Amino acid sequence: MKRASTARDSVPVMVTSLGLVLILLMLALVMWLILSRGFAAFWPQRLEHFQLKDGSALLGEVWERLETPEGQRLRLRTGNREITGQDVQLLDMAEVASSSIPQDAVLLERHENGVFLGWLVGLRGPGLAVEGDGPNLRRNLDKALEHMEEVDGELRSLQEEARRLALKRGRWEEEVERGASVRRVAELEPRLEESARRLQLMESRLDSLRSAADLWRLDLRSADGATTDLPLLQVGRWVPANELGLVGRLGLYLARVGDFLSEDPRESNTAGGVWPAIFGTVLMVLLMSLAAAPLGVVTAVYLHDYARQGFLVRLIRLAVNNLAGVPSIVFGIFGLGFFIYFMGGGVDGAFFGHRLPEPTYGTGGILWASLTLALLTLPVVVVATLEGLSAVSPATRMAALALGATRWQMMRQVVLPNAMPGILTGLILAVSRAAGEVAPLMITGVVKLAPSLALDGDFPFLHLERKFMHLGFHIYDLGFQSPNVEAAKPMLFATAMLLILIVLALNLTAILLRNHLRKRYKQAAF
Amino acid sequence: MLEMTKPEVTRRSDADETMETALDVQGVEVWYGPSRAVHGVSMQLPARRVTAFIGPSGCGKSTLLRCFNRMNELIPDCRVTGGIHIHGRDIHAPGTALEELRREVGMVFQKSNPFSKTIYDNVAYGPRVHGNKDRHALDGLVESCLKRVALWDEVKDRLKSSALDLSGGQQQRLCIARALAVDPRVLLMDEPASALDPRSTGRIEDLITELRDQYTIVIVTHNMQQAARVSDFTAFLYEGHLVEFNETQRLFTKPDHEQTNDYITGRFG
Repeated sequence: MKRASTARDSVPVMVTSLGLVLILLMLALVMWLILSRGFAAFWPQRLEHFQLKDGSALLGEVWERLETPEGQRLRLRTGNREITGQDVQLLDMAEVASSSIPQDAVLLERHENGVFLGWLVGLRGPGLAVEGDGPNLRRNLDKALEHMEEVDGELRSLQEEARRLALKRGRWEEEVERGASVRRVAELEPRLEESARRLQLMESRLDSLRSAADLWRLDLRSADGATTDLPLLQVGRWVPANELGLVGRLGLYLARVGDFLSEDPRESNTAGGVWPAIFGTVLMVLLMSLAAAPLGVVTAVYLHDYARQGFLVRLIRLAVNNLAGVPSIVFGIFGLGFFIYFMGGGVDGAFFGHRLPEPTYGTGGILWASLTLALLTLPVVVVATLEGLSAVSPATRMAALALGATRWQMMRQVVLPNAMPGILTGLILAVSRAAGEVAPLMITGVVKLAPSLALDGDFPFLHLERKFMHLGFHIYDLGFQSPNVEAAKPMLFATAMLLILIVLALNLTAILLRNHLRKRYKQAAF
Repeated sequence: MLEMTKPEVTRRSDADETMETALDVQGVEVWYGPSRAVHGVSMQLPARRVTAFIGPSGCGKSTLLRCFNRMNELIPDCRVTGGIHIHGRDIHAPGTALEELRREVGMVFQKSNPFSKTIYDNVAYGPRVHGNKDRHALDGLVESCLKRVALWDEVKDRLKSSALDLSGGQQQRLCIARALAVDPRVLLMDEPASALDPRSTGRIEDLITELRDQYTIVIVTHNMQQAARVSDFTAFLYEGHLVEFNETQRLFTKPDHEQTNDYITGRFG
């Protein structure tokens, strides 16, 4: 580009640069919004106490200060959902008589009903009763929470064991129902009885563990002065929010981010983590790449090198290009009709007839969603591969042929390695598109909450028929389908940021790989 | 480049009666769609000699060259008729394996076209394609081929680096080494030095002189001095017709045809 040298030239330069500036501003705005809110979502905030003029009181985290014609209005996260019925309240500063930051206020992160904000009053357990907040209570609380974590772990492993046993039992029962041989039935029957007995044992063990844990109670006082007691098993973490220094807050922040990345969602996705959604997104993109890359590459190789170049090939190229512009929901509907109803129905009829009318593959699942997205991104891969193939000079092809290579040897050993950077560029674009796509997934297998991951310890380990969670859909769910939009807000931004970061990471990997290959297969210098 | 003539090149006796024919060309015509690029060319190219094709641009000399390893077939709508026998074998005979023909008839192109692979892999590509996977044998072969093109001393320490890092002249010598590695009997060279500087051109010409004892070389050139320097026989083509095919010395000093004389004296072309 040459610099504008005359005054007349400077007008178009200004106009065109204005476009760039506008786009950059928009991008910066979006990124700033998502990043600032996403990063701030888990930052521990101070708990502020408000004495109202009508005599009542509120304790909460100030999430937002809004300026209204009537004066300042606060968006206050007060928690204690089971008492007040809502997590977030609006508070007009005009109603406030006085406000303070009470040092001893605490925030409890619970497994149910969101957070509890208030003061510690007492701790009761088998052979223990501590009254009044103080070092003694806090020390005992830490110890009791550790104990609760052990109990929780025991409960979980017992539940998992029971689930596996029940799964095995189900398979045996199915075998008997489908008409196993007399000998096999004789073999299975004692096993069925034995497992039923063991399941019952586990149930009663679970019950006794739960009731023993239920003896541990935490007494608390909320801002309105009422005291309440919570089963300690519900409490995940207690935070002396106003006593924490920077290091303490940073530690808590990282712990919360860790929870967010590694835990299952709770309470209709408004709390807990997004691990299943991360897993579903990445697995789906991988499956999609596995399907789209080989198919796209062979298609492009045929079109570019083997097909007789003419009107038909030009028409097909045009069609492929246009396919990239088809709305994604159309692909979703096609996926539903072809993959799920036709192919999935066929698979069910052939292999899972005994489970019908309950569908196995004849309903949405990660395999069908991945294949639908593969179809959607195929044009991108094909077009990029075609460009990559054109970039390999005829001279290079001739060199291989003149040495007596067959066309396939030339293709495999010389042309494809040289075209690899182009192919990877296509795959990068495909991955970016697939990772963020939501509409076609909604009808091909994505769900709000998947009971289990598509990859686990149960045979056959990879369950491609299972429904799955996806970060893009999770964002939609949190933002527009949540029963508690206010509580879901921080999760919403954090999830949006995470999706962006994952797409970025996937892209970065592919770009690094491409650059590595480019260095290896750089084109002839002259 | 006129100064670079090499009078010391030893010419074999003209009276060598045992001269064997390597390429027997009988009435070859090449058509690009409806237009004829080569008109009924017939000649016998002797084995283990250098034959040069000269003529103005577009006279069909490269097209004729590409008939000998059937590379013309890559061009859509290109049709070759007539008979070509290489060491007695009809290259158009049904059942002729193109891969086998091209192993026997190597080619060096106008622009050097090494693969974007290592120097070693470039030379080893041909043998590997033809099934030679033995490491030791390949090592020896790569070394001897690179030595034959006088590139070994320059690259022996960086056989595993990219061939594209070499200079233009080195790349062209590498391409010749690559062609030699499949042990061809005939070597076709399509203006192999036209993209090179005089120094590199000189080295390529030296190389041709050294290789002529073992290979039948056919070289297309638009540089008459080059033809005079390196070739034993010269064919002059004009507008798709073979005007004259003769011993180089005779063609350049006492041509049989008026047209040849006009061309070599620079009256047209």
